[in-house]
Amino acid sequence: MSAGTFRRHLTSRVMTALVVVLAFLAVLALVLILGDLIAKGASSIDWAFFTKSPVPAGESGGGVANAIVGTFIVVGLAALIGVPVGVGAGMYLAEYGSGRLGFLVRFVADVLNGTPSIVIGIVAWTFLVKPTGRFSALAGSVALAILMIPMLARTTEEMVRLVPHSLREAALALGYPRWRTSLKVVARTALGGIVTGCLVGIARVAGETAPLLFTALGNLNFSTDVRHPMQTLSLQIYVYATGPFDEWHRMAWAAALVLMGLVLILALAARWVTRQRYGSGR
Amino acid sequence: MTTLPLEPVPPPLEQTTPSAEPRWRALRSVDRSDRIYRRILTTLALALPALILVILGVLFVSALPAVTRFGPSFLWTSTWDPVAEVYGAAPMIFGTLASSFLALLIAVPLALGVAIFLTEFSPRWLRQPVAFLVELLAAIPSVVYGLWGVFVLIPFLRSYVVPPLKAVLGWTPFFDGAFYGNSLLAGGIILAIMIVPYIAAVSREVLLAVPTSQREAALAMGATRWEAVRSAVLPYGRAGLIGAIILGLGRALGETMAVTMLIGNRHDIGLSVLQPAYTMAAAIANEFSEATTNMYLSALFEVGLILFVLTVVVNAIARILIWRVARGAAVGSKAL
Repeated sequence: MSAGTFRRHLTSRVMTALVVVLAFLAVLALVLILGDLIAKGASSIDWAFFTKSPVPAGESGGGVANAIVGTFIVVGLAALIGVPVGVGAGMYLAEYGSGRLGFLVRFVADVLNGTPSIVIGIVAWTFLVKPTGRFSALAGSVALAILMIPMLARTTEEMVRLVPHSLREAALALGYPRWRTSLKVVARTALGGIVTGCLVGIARVAGETAPLLFTALGNLNFSTDVRHPMQTLSLQIYVYATGPFDEWHRMAWAAALVLMGLVLILALAARWVTRQRYGSGR
Repeated sequence: MTTLPLEPVPPPLEQTTPSAEPRWRALRSVDRSDRIYRRILTTLALALPALILVILGVLFVSALPAVTRFGPSFLWTSTWDPVAEVYGAAPMIFGTLASSFLALLIAVPLALGVAIFLTEFSPRWLRQPVAFLVELLAAIPSVVYGLWGVFVLIPFLRSYVVPPLKAVLGWTPFFDGAFYGNSLLAGGIILAIMIVPYIAAVSREVLLAVPTSQREAALAMGATRWEAVRSAVLPYGRAGLIGAIILGLGRALGETMAVTMLIGNRHDIGLSVLQPAYTMAAAIANEFSEATTNMYLSALFEVGLILFVLTVVVNAIARILIWRVARGAAVGSKAL
């Protein structure tokens, strides 16, 4: 082996090793963060944590029951608003989206997907908080729904496009009108994928804080009225983490662990749905 | 293609124009319900372009008082004085750009490392788990990153990273001054970890779209594995990779919570990464509820407008670059 060949092979080995190290570092970051969440959060989680509302600063005990319920309400309402629009837009892109309008919608969806969520927050504030003069969970849900729509549109489109043409042709050949073919055959075949997309979208907005700062605002008490301020886990973590008390920091870690668990369950459920429908998965 | 090959469908562009409607109807007797169905879906799809216009409109109208009062100098003046009602966003714009570029500096090697590892070097059994773990980074909520940054990252930086950095590079303006924790460095590092999964996911899809024949051709010419990657794979996907990086930049520019908790929130322009700084998103998050006067509020809306336009432009560029490689694929939207 000549010196030049040796050097080239050495370079190849070194660069391969470097790439492996870089990939390892990225995974390490995740392991470290999840590890810290469990190490610092798990010890503070007990029954009261899930069943009690926060106690005044300085006292120990209490929980984040109001924030957990609030998260479910705000995110659930957001899904109720966002899913029909997002999935419908995605169906449009897959069924009729080959024209100029389809291109525009697809492009706008991709661009909106990267919009800062805080900007959506102040837009929702302008429409729903400023005129009524009252912060509300509903405004927060609308902001989250807006974040969800472009994401859902694109994943739905992708999933529907995976449906083989032959299925559609078979339905049309049997005399099914287009709309029934679209809903009963195409959308149903892609249902697993669409549900996966929805779960992933919901998981992503469930952890959002910025768009809720000026809409849902947060609430120290237990509340289920969507016309009033409501606490969510993300808002609670922000307040606790930036506060001055050790007790609050402890609660912040525990709440973060719960929120992370919630998001992970949604993400894993999404994978599970896909696997159920498509055998071995990706 | 969504239209059926067996159906006599006019070319897609005509399909949406009214003039093509009679011909279409003559060829196939369209059920009325079909048209209603299509109209419903079209309406829902139109929500997206409408949304972007509404957002722009709201931001612009709300920012108008500040825009007319301060003019373009809003972009390059540094005074931010709510008492005197004088506002200039230069420190935030600087901080936004500085923290994002710092994040890219750290995230790009990591993310490209992940993407190259997964597509070129990884054993088959390791691909799925590593891809899943890196995508999980995108699932961690921003506020949790912030929490981790405040209580783990900053103490770590203070004890183990900053002292050696200062010892070696303390003479440069970039590592000048004392380190108190909340700083450009802390914000940049947390941003880097947050954007790695996005850049990695899109880069991976771009590299997967590179035909195997490219690699085989290079290897057949006697290239080593790394030479094949460097000379055949990376150049082929270059536009897409740049798109992936710009997409990551877009994410970094608009990230709010974690940065707000770590960057120090100081209206100041400094070169040192050890000093506190401010970003546009952080300013809105911090000051929006304190904005008691209309001009204060309007100035914050103008900051939001600048941020929105900036991210839209950055994202549009990224998408065009990615689409050129992986045509029409919704790459990146799946990242979780």
